[in-house]
Amino acid sequence: MTFNNETFRGDFSFKNSPESVKRFPFPFQEDKYMYSVNIEPHTPGEQGSVFEHPIDIDEHYVAECKERAIVLSEDHTRYVSLPHMMDAQWDMVDLIMTSLSDSYPSEFKLTKDGDNWHWLNKPLGIEDSFVFGDTSTLPMEPFEYISRQVQGDWVILDQRDDNLYADLGVVTGQADWAVAFDVGMSFSEWHAPVPHAPEMGIFDRALKYLLHLQYGSPVRRTNWRMCVNPRLDTSSETYDVWGTDNVSATAENAGDKVFLRVELQAMFRLPRSNAMAFSIRTYMVSIADLATYPRWAKRLNRVLRSLHPDLSEYKGLNSFKQPVLDWLAPLDDGAFLEDGVHRE
Amino acid sequence: MSGLKVKVTAVEEVAEQIKHFSFVAEEGFTLPYFSGGSHVVVAMDIDGRTHRNAYSLMGPTSDTSCYQIAVRKQESSRGGSVFMHENVLPGAILDISMPTNLFAIHRLAKKHILVAGGIGITPFMSHISDLNRLGYDYELHYAYRSKEHAAFRKEIETLCGNKAFFYPENETGRLDMTALLSKQPIGSHAYVCGPDPMVNSLEVVAKQLGWPESAIHSEKFLAPASGAPFSISLLQSNTVVEVPSDLSMLEAMEAAGIDAPYLCRGGACGRCEVEVVECDGNLVHHDHYLSGAERMAANKILPCVSRANCSRIVINL
Repeated sequence: MTFNNETFRGDFSFKNSPESVKRFPFPFQEDKYMYSVNIEPHTPGEQGSVFEHPIDIDEHYVAECKERAIVLSEDHTRYVSLPHMMDAQWDMVDLIMTSLSDSYPSEFKLTKDGDNWHWLNKPLGIEDSFVFGDTSTLPMEPFEYISRQVQGDWVILDQRDDNLYADLGVVTGQADWAVAFDVGMSFSEWHAPVPHAPEMGIFDRALKYLLHLQYGSPVRRTNWRMCVNPRLDTSSETYDVWGTDNVSATAENAGDKVFLRVELQAMFRLPRSNAMAFSIRTYMVSIADLATYPRWAKRLNRVLRSLHPDLSEYKGLNSFKQPVLDWLAPLDDGAFLEDGVHRE
Repeated sequence: MSGLKVKVTAVEEVAEQIKHFSFVAEEGFTLPYFSGGSHVVVAMDIDGRTHRNAYSLMGPTSDTSCYQIAVRKQESSRGGSVFMHENVLPGAILDISMPTNLFAIHRLAKKHILVAGGIGITPFMSHISDLNRLGYDYELHYAYRSKEHAAFRKEIETLCGNKAFFYPENETGRLDMTALLSKQPIGSHAYVCGPDPMVNSLEVVAKQLGWPESAIHSEKFLAPASGAPFSISLLQSNTVVEVPSDLSMLEAMEAAGIDAPYLCRGGACGRCEVEVVECDGNLVHHDHYLSGAERMAANKILPCVSRANCSRIVINL
């Protein structure tokens, strides 16, 4: 696997190869979009797809890990951990190391001799021996250690009182929220701002389902948003840095400047802690790259055109949606599109 | 459902009518770690029918070389415990589910009060190993009929030291719940597993003493989605599918080659919802999706988790 040398800030040199565009997890089944409990079993998908492995690594891996390190060095509150989550921290070390070394044996290697573990991460040049369960044998808290070596944001939820509480997490690439604000909140509390979904009963149903999530049977869903510039860290704390980007899109530059960002959210029951890992893996693609596949361009055009104004507002699209529609309009001949997220 | 294949390595009678079973993973399977209070569902082939019973995992949660359960023979039951006692010998191969925990400790509790009656001691054996490892404050109160029934008492004395209290009913009489609960500090959580009267008594006393409901935990198992067999007539496909007791309606339709819609397979998303045209019995809903009014109307069902208590159901598929 080759890894891009690229940035998610400053000169924004982030770029997708044609292969990366091809495997983009396009989220729109139909020409219109509304929330639903779109959860399905996280079973292996076709070879080369983002669903092939439980935890996906791609050409952006090294650059995303560097980006996480930058964010954490500037603001360490993006990592939160409550004291009762130490079992869950070790569960995460196990989940990530086991999954990466099973899925990508030429990049990652995990050797176990009882509780004496040896970890080799070739892409990042990390090699460590440690005692599983003994925090003093790692250079930092176990979850911080391993979360610096994986793509995507992670929130680990403690299950108690028939609810799920966000009590551990690393969130450095979020779409306008803040883990320091949400830490300790229940499932219903942190979803409260989402328009229309609560009265549709969506979160009540999703919570009941997740409370019964079983070890060995992870599930996934996708969510989406858009952003101007391929900036992973669009957190509430740094709105002053990126907020003005939103008014820089025009009908001429929208193809290259505006990105569809899809979150592949996978949920895993953790064995030792009975907590639940919730991963938010962000894939970004420029509108121009997306239009490599005319079907996707047409569908995005229709979804954006018909999007409920409250969702458009909540997803932060209002200041650049029109330029995107202007850019996409000439590509949409109005032809019928059958249901499904597939490419041509 | 993902599961595990295990081999029975030891069977030991540890108290009157109580047998202790040890399992190791069969070739190609690895026993996962689990949290205190977890159970597995053991599948048994009894006279050609699959029978499923849930049993608590007892071993230390750090031991993934071997799983342990204990089974009390209940002559009046549906036959699972009798089968385990009489037919399951060392060397037997069993299918078990992945561990599931519906009786977990509350990690923010100030103190954990574990109350066991008889065979109800089993889930606490794994709890104790977690509580000891985490250094949490706890007490274990174990009631049983007489010393012949005191399964695992020696192990408990070793594991818990002065945190364990024993109540042989024939010597000390019944455990006094009021005395036990009224001396606990605020922020304690109580966990009970035992005969129904014991569970009820703890719940009533805790309520009288003003304990919050969320601080009382009793053992729950994953309800098996099984039930009596019945047949589905599919209106559009013009076929009949038999639903055996151990498959869901959706699984039975899939096995018959019907391309039925589904997504979450857990009764939450509503994708598999189908119209019920006719049913000569009752619909048994296990989903989180249909509203109370929709259930009353009895004309929709989610075949991924729900079934019917009937001989024949007609659906519009």
